[in-house]
Amino acid sequence: MKKTSPEVLPAEGGLGNEPLLAVDNLHVEFRTRAGVVHAVNGVTYSLNPGETLAVLGESGSGKSVTAQAIMGILDMPPAVIPKGEIRFRGTDLLKLSEDARSQVRGQRIAMVFQDALSSLNPVFTVGWQISEMFRVHRGMGKKEALTKAVELMDRVRIPAARQRVNDYPHQFSGGMRQRIMIAMSIALDPEVLIADEPTTALDVTVQAQIMELLAELQRESNMGLILITHDLGVVADVADKIAVMYGGRIVENAPVHDIYKTPAHPYTKGLLESIPRVDQKGQDLYAIKGMPPNLLDMPTGCAFHPRCPYRQDICVTEAPALSGISGTRSSACHYWREVLDGTHE
Amino acid sequence: MGRYIIRRLIQAIPVLLGATLLIFAIVFALPGDPVAALAGEKRTDPTIVAILRERYHLNDPLLLQYWYYISGVIFRGDFGVTFADVPVSQLMAGKFQVTLNLALTALVFEAIIGVGLGLWAALRRGRAADTMILASTLLLISVPTLVTGFVLQLVLGVKVKQWTGVDIFPIAGISNGFRSYLLPGFVLAGISIAYLTRLTRTSLVETLRADYIRTATAKGLSRRRVIGRHGLRNALIPLVTYLGADLGNLMGGAVITETIFNLPGIGNQLFQSVYLREQPVVVGIVTVLVLIYIVANLVVDMMYAVLDPRIRYE
Amino acid sequence: MSDIQQPAQTLPPNAPSGPPLPRSTKKEGKPASLWSDAWHDLRRRPIFIVSAILIAVLVVMALWPSLFTAIDPNDPRTCELATARQGPSGGHIFGRDNLGCDVYARSIYGAANSLLIGISTTLATSLIGGMFGLAAGYFGGVTDTLASRLTEIFFAIPSILGALLIAATFRGGPLSSITLVIIALTVLGWPMTYRIMRAAVITAKSQDFVVAAKALGAGHMRIMMRHLLPNALAPVIVIATINLGGFIAAEAALSFLGVGVTSPDISWGLMISDARNRFLDAPLPLIFPAVFLSITVLAFIMLGDAVRDALDPKLR
Repeated sequence: MKKTSPEVLPAEGGLGNEPLLAVDNLHVEFRTRAGVVHAVNGVTYSLNPGETLAVLGESGSGKSVTAQAIMGILDMPPAVIPKGEIRFRGTDLLKLSEDARSQVRGQRIAMVFQDALSSLNPVFTVGWQISEMFRVHRGMGKKEALTKAVELMDRVRIPAARQRVNDYPHQFSGGMRQRIMIAMSIALDPEVLIADEPTTALDVTVQAQIMELLAELQRESNMGLILITHDLGVVADVADKIAVMYGGRIVENAPVHDIYKTPAHPYTKGLLESIPRVDQKGQDLYAIKGMPPNLLDMPTGCAFHPRCPYRQDICVTEAPALSGISGTRSSACHYWREVLDGTHE
Repeated sequence: MGRYIIRRLIQAIPVLLGATLLIFAIVFALPGDPVAALAGEKRTDPTIVAILRERYHLNDPLLLQYWYYISGVIFRGDFGVTFADVPVSQLMAGKFQVTLNLALTALVFEAIIGVGLGLWAALRRGRAADTMILASTLLLISVPTLVTGFVLQLVLGVKVKQWTGVDIFPIAGISNGFRSYLLPGFVLAGISIAYLTRLTRTSLVETLRADYIRTATAKGLSRRRVIGRHGLRNALIPLVTYLGADLGNLMGGAVITETIFNLPGIGNQLFQSVYLREQPVVVGIVTVLVLIYIVANLVVDMMYAVLDPRIRYE
Repeated sequence: MSDIQQPAQTLPPNAPSGPPLPRSTKKEGKPASLWSDAWHDLRRRPIFIVSAILIAVLVVMALWPSLFTAIDPNDPRTCELATARQGPSGGHIFGRDNLGCDVYARSIYGAANSLLIGISTTLATSLIGGMFGLAAGYFGGVTDTLASRLTEIFFAIPSILGALLIAATFRGGPLSSITLVIIALTVLGWPMTYRIMRAAVITAKSQDFVVAAKALGAGHMRIMMRHLLPNALAPVIVIATINLGGFIAAEAALSFLGVGVTSPDISWGLMISDARNRFLDAPLPLIFPAVFLSITVLAFIMLGDAVRDALDPKLR
């Protein structure tokens, strides 16, 4: 399909060394009456075609805000992006005009939200909402666009798509609604798909189906997929690499298998230990002590230090940079070696 | 949908009966003898009085009289006759036409100005225009119709005519057709305009916070389409229903406006009939107003179902 | 819309269900902290300060009108027919009305009846509507159904016409015109307070501490008075404040139509009515009471707005 991209954005191909999408030292603040909320404090990650990046973190870690910054759907104000770049095929999206930006949104970078019931417009039929993509961005007629919508609903495996195309969102089950959301987001074959906690609101069995669907769609189209989640268990099978976020920073970056075997940051380690495991039945579940950081009043030094079992004096005064510990991994911990060793015990 | 309407209709019956009975009872207590009033200044033969009292069931207990009346209204559309032997329904028809014209004019003002200002305020939330609009709604709500009526009559009616030499806004009567209703319609709309402005603003602000608005933005739609298509379609639901319900309120509340601008509407008529102790007219007018209120609310419920698919399919 | 219907729609964003229950930032069940939070917030709102000062001045005006004017309008000797409709002059800053009486003095003396009727009607509607609302919300079932059906009947009757009818019917009876206005406005006004109170009680009823009190065997009276009432009071107070302004406007409307306060009592509505025939050539005798009336209504509606915002942080 032909892209109607403005000249500032290179079409597919010609990537060179530049990844498909690169977030570079991104900062996002919310200037509120209560003070400045530092939601994202220098996030860096990248994504290549066909690759799945899982962004992991608890609520308030900045993972969703980063995604919304990529999409350009933050409310500005109160949000401000004082520093950083978001390069899509080498072009910094933050420097684009609003017009050029909206050519990227939905067509080349698309997003799936957490709660499909509230994220779909209650007063329009699902067919109308999916086909809107074709009508607005491709100039198709109503009928043709609706046919495409039915095709998409078939593709995300909604049973009896043709009969259900004129139903309203509230007439579908949670899983089906999320499929509709996905159908809408992949309508124009985006190169990057961001899924923000796509399965959190769903039953466990449905969760697996949705994850499978996303993985399958990605294989078919070779798009880059960013999977935002707070649940390590969800991403193990589908992700290629994982970025762990804490307090608006990336604290660990690694291929998925390394991180499960040998976490290099105490926070990641804590997360892994708090997953219930079948082989440890009867043992107490581990929970990370303390509370997530207050974004209005961040701890000095390493944001994780108040909760960290490896804490030394330097952690209180000096924030560790995210630095490489091997060719493919990096960690933002002064004592990553100790953490790595600890897992070998 | 059909069952829903039927259920609402059945629920409306006790309201209609209760409200009319209440009015009937109050009017029953109006001092003075209708037959004596009918006869006017002339002395009346006691036997004729007795016959008349019998014919109009005036000797029966209240509830029985009420039954004769309401069954006549319901089954025959018969509201009784005035002292001058004119059918009340015929008298009311003309008066209701005037008040309906007035209320509809007010409704148009309300819809255009109220929704317009509300949308403007919502889209400029927190800025000067928003603050100004909110402050003026407070002022508009606080100044009674009694005051706006006279002030606008003086300023827009009399002074404009003096300055321009053209009678743009006639200040009394209905002899100028549509133009006669402009000024009183605006006055009657006054407070409602303020409410609708606030309601519109709140509704759109709330809607624009919804997740599906974020989705629409993420779809790459223009801001114009996000607000105009996805936002407005949802934000308009409470507004349309408010407007529907307000038609009844405007008709029932028009008496002050009608008095100030000398419009021969139902408010004026009711007022006069209360003084003349013309009981059938008084009860007739209030009964029709109650009916309008009930029908308007029924229509509003149905509009809600049409506008909001979540209700339609429940 | 008529003035008298103002109370029926004072909180537009939530008109059908009444205002949402205020939420304290702390856990519920501590109305004291809600009130002190609200008070703290209120004191710093300019709109509250302005309305409070206006209302204070009005109250002083109502209680001691002679502080504001040396002329006693109740004394017929102060009126001179020969000077009727004279414009403002030294001793008569607002000029004179159709009967040559001083417009300023009469406007000052009009405050008393307006406030008396406004406050009495508000108290009466709050008491009646509040009591029924509390009982209907707490007991539910048949009590609720009956009371709610009853209020629907009242809602179906156009308020100003209903009040007009009542006031006209019982005129000339044993009741003074002022009492009659209060009764007429109360009869048509209480269902509004009922609705608000009922909704608030139903919300409060399901809260844990009420359930707990019930489980501990507290009596109906105790639960209603000690637990439900304090928690359901906030929205009723908001609506009462706003309604007070509406009732004052409604009194003026009834007096204007000739079924409210009657001469020799003084009322702004009556003054407007008296001045209306010569309004187009002598507008001042109408304008001045109209300004007094508007400012008074504005003061109470502003106060209500401020109190609502303070009690309901969510709407900010």
